[in-house]
Amino acid sequence: MKKNIILAGVGGQGILSIATIIGYAVVKVDIYLKQAEAHGMSQRGGAVESHLRISDKEIHSDLVPHGRSDMIISLEPMESLRYFPYLKPDGWLITNITPFVNIPNYPEMKHLLKEIKAHKNSIAIDGDAIAKEIGSPRSMNMVILGASAPFLGIPFNMLEDSIRAVFGRKGEDIVQKNLDALNRGRDFAEEYIKK
Amino acid sequence: MDKLLLLGDEALAQGALDAGLSGAYGYPGTPSTEIFEYVQHSKEAARRNVHRTWSANEKTAMEEALGMSYTGKRALVTMKHVGLNVAADPFMNSGITGANGGLIVAVADDPSMHSSQNEQDSRHYGRFALVPVFEPSNQQEAYNMTFDAFALSEKYKTPVIMRLVTRLSHSRAGIVRTKYLNENEIKLPDNPNQFMLLPAFARVKYKNLIEKQELLEKESENSKYNEYHDGKDRSLGIITCGLGYNYVKENHVESKCEYPILKICQYPLPRKLIQKIIDECDEILVVEDGMPVIEEWLRGYLDNCLKIKGRMDGTLPRCGELDPAKLRTALGLEPYPIKEVPTIVKGRPPELCKGCPHRDTYYALNEAMKEYGPGHVFSDIGCYTLGFLPPFNAINSCVDMGASISMAVGAADAGLFPSIAVIGDSTFGHSGMTPLLDAVNSKANIVAFILDNGIVAMTGMQDSAVTGRVEDICMGIGVEKEHIHVINPLKGHHEENVKIIKNEINYNGVSVIIPRRPCIHIAAKLRKQK
Ligand SMILES: Cc1ncc(C[n+]2csc(CCOP(=O)(O)OP(=O)(O)O)c2C)c(N)n1
Ligand code: SF4
Repeated sequence: MKKNIILAGVGGQGILSIATIIGYAVVKVDIYLKQAEAHGMSQRGGAVESHLRISDKEIHSDLVPHGRSDMIISLEPMESLRYFPYLKPDGWLITNITPFVNIPNYPEMKHLLKEIKAHKNSIAIDGDAIAKEIGSPRSMNMVILGASAPFLGIPFNMLEDSIRAVFGRKGEDIVQKNLDALNRGRDFAEEYIKK
Repeated sequence: MDKLLLLGDEALAQGALDAGLSGAYGYPGTPSTEIFEYVQHSKEAARRNVHRTWSANEKTAMEEALGMSYTGKRALVTMKHVGLNVAADPFMNSGITGANGGLIVAVADDPSMHSSQNEQDSRHYGRFALVPVFEPSNQQEAYNMTFDAFALSEKYKTPVIMRLVTRLSHSRAGIVRTKYLNENEIKLPDNPNQFMLLPAFARVKYKNLIEKQELLEKESENSKYNEYHDGKDRSLGIITCGLGYNYVKENHVESKCEYPILKICQYPLPRKLIQKIIDECDEILVVEDGMPVIEEWLRGYLDNCLKIKGRMDGTLPRCGELDPAKLRTALGLEPYPIKEVPTIVKGRPPELCKGCPHRDTYYALNEAMKEYGPGHVFSDIGCYTLGFLPPFNAINSCVDMGASISMAVGAADAGLFPSIAVIGDSTFGHSGMTPLLDAVNSKANIVAFILDNGIVAMTGMQDSAVTGRVEDICMGIGVEKEHIHVINPLKGHHEENVKIIKNEINYNGVSVIIPRRPCIHIAAKLRKQK
């Protein structure tokens, strides 16, 4: 088992919680993990990325090599495309499609969607809308994590357990909303693959 | 013991705690900040009462750590690479005094300048001060090495640098804790002159330091962190250090590396091991993350040994951090197919948060400065440096911490009017007070803005050393009370603020304006505390 993952988004969107949930799930079993994250300058509304590598063999580089990522998990549509140079030709692109517009020259959504769909293995999901439906807009990141679950190679119940452990301090309601978000994301992706 | 998922920074800190640390000193700076914060938040450190409050700057931190080492206890001082410039005076001299209790100087370099003004390499400082350097290549090594670094420090009575780089500092992996040592008791130096650098003593001690190098080199020869891996194909030998080693290995997961590899993670350089690989191989590739430090030493000034490849001949890029792909090219392996970034993707630079107090300060400053045109505002390092970007375009310089006030003084001396400085509260405490003293003494015609958001925001919300005392400090330095104004950077106060700024520009002397409003990320917390 070996997965190279690029997590992408805009500062403050919550890519690091995704890394925490996956990290928590794998560190308990005997799997190697490396997760390189961005701190500092990039947090103030700029583009952020994190490299996550999990494997049953020793991992050398903290960075995912270019062209070797099995998937990009992105919380923002334009950001999902920024990391193309890391993605394997048959890697999965899983992205939220609600744009985060904080620059004057943000591209038109239809052009972004065209680029996303042009990649063979892509899942474009409106994480913000689903999170709002659940009544927990901040759980958008868990919707997107759910949508990537079928490709992660980690048993789904381990992700659920991590959510319980990581969000446990914040109360049962928050745990449940995040679990709902994870499930909704997963259902969307599975439905999509069937088609 | 259990497995912990830790950043490289945190692994180093956990190692120091487990190796009997008595005091951590430091000033925040990406990517080193999390070393200190880990000690700060550690229950174990609280139980043992390990010292763990931030210092005013890296120089005071270094000296405080040296003071703890003087007593025989183990001390850690943390900073980013440019922080070592600030601490260079005590650091260089600590090489000559040496240490008593174990002393680790943990410095995090930032190749590619993810959040720094330059990409200087702290290994140069190690050689400059004749101080050994450890350079972990992964999180577990960062943990393990702190034990060895403290032991080496005490055995040879020398401070030791531990050099990290961004991608190790800020990358997480599982580590296993191995042992637990008690803290040292107080035991003053055997030699009462050890820390006495009067010239007569210093000359002797400098000679001792030079003599010590041979022994330190022997330690490097025998170090478990310097490994020679033999290989069948002697057409190339690879000398690599720190993370460079991982990138070499990463490119050989599918096919075994047939070249001999010398991995160097402890300095001074292990001369015999280097001689061996140079003798055995036709060509040498030097792979190091940061500046071409080893490569430069090997080439020498005349650079007349044709065998060496690396950053200086273009085999690897001359600057910027390494990554597996750059290594792949250097090793002559076929690159993986790579998808281009679609051209519609636009840059997304960081920006001041919505509601940030610095925004309102810049709106007011820009309006007051309209009649004078651009080119008058010297700034400094912090969130407010983002005021350089549109829509503000408010500042014209950012050089090193504290330089805003001093540069404004120099420009005012030259006749620039108005000459304005913009500095954050923590940066003011770090190194803005002495320039303000110069300004007062020379009656420089400047207006200094001290942006008091109550916190060190840029590096992730650490306590600022001057909170609650900025006006008092300015008055103590000698700025006239009538020319110190605290303003509220909010839209509602805009007109009033512009007026105050205009008045002070027209005062011929030192004025200080303190826009005071908490960073929005702590405002809510502060309200709760009240
Ligand atoms: C010598 C040195 N030490 C540390 C840093 C890292 N650093 C950059 S800005 C900053 C402090 C900023 O705090 P403040 O001046 O209060 O401004 P704020 O970010 O809160 O607006 C620090 C510690 C540096 N660049 N140089
Ligand atoms: S973190 Fe605080 S000081 Fe920095 S830009 Fe945001 S609001 Fe302003």
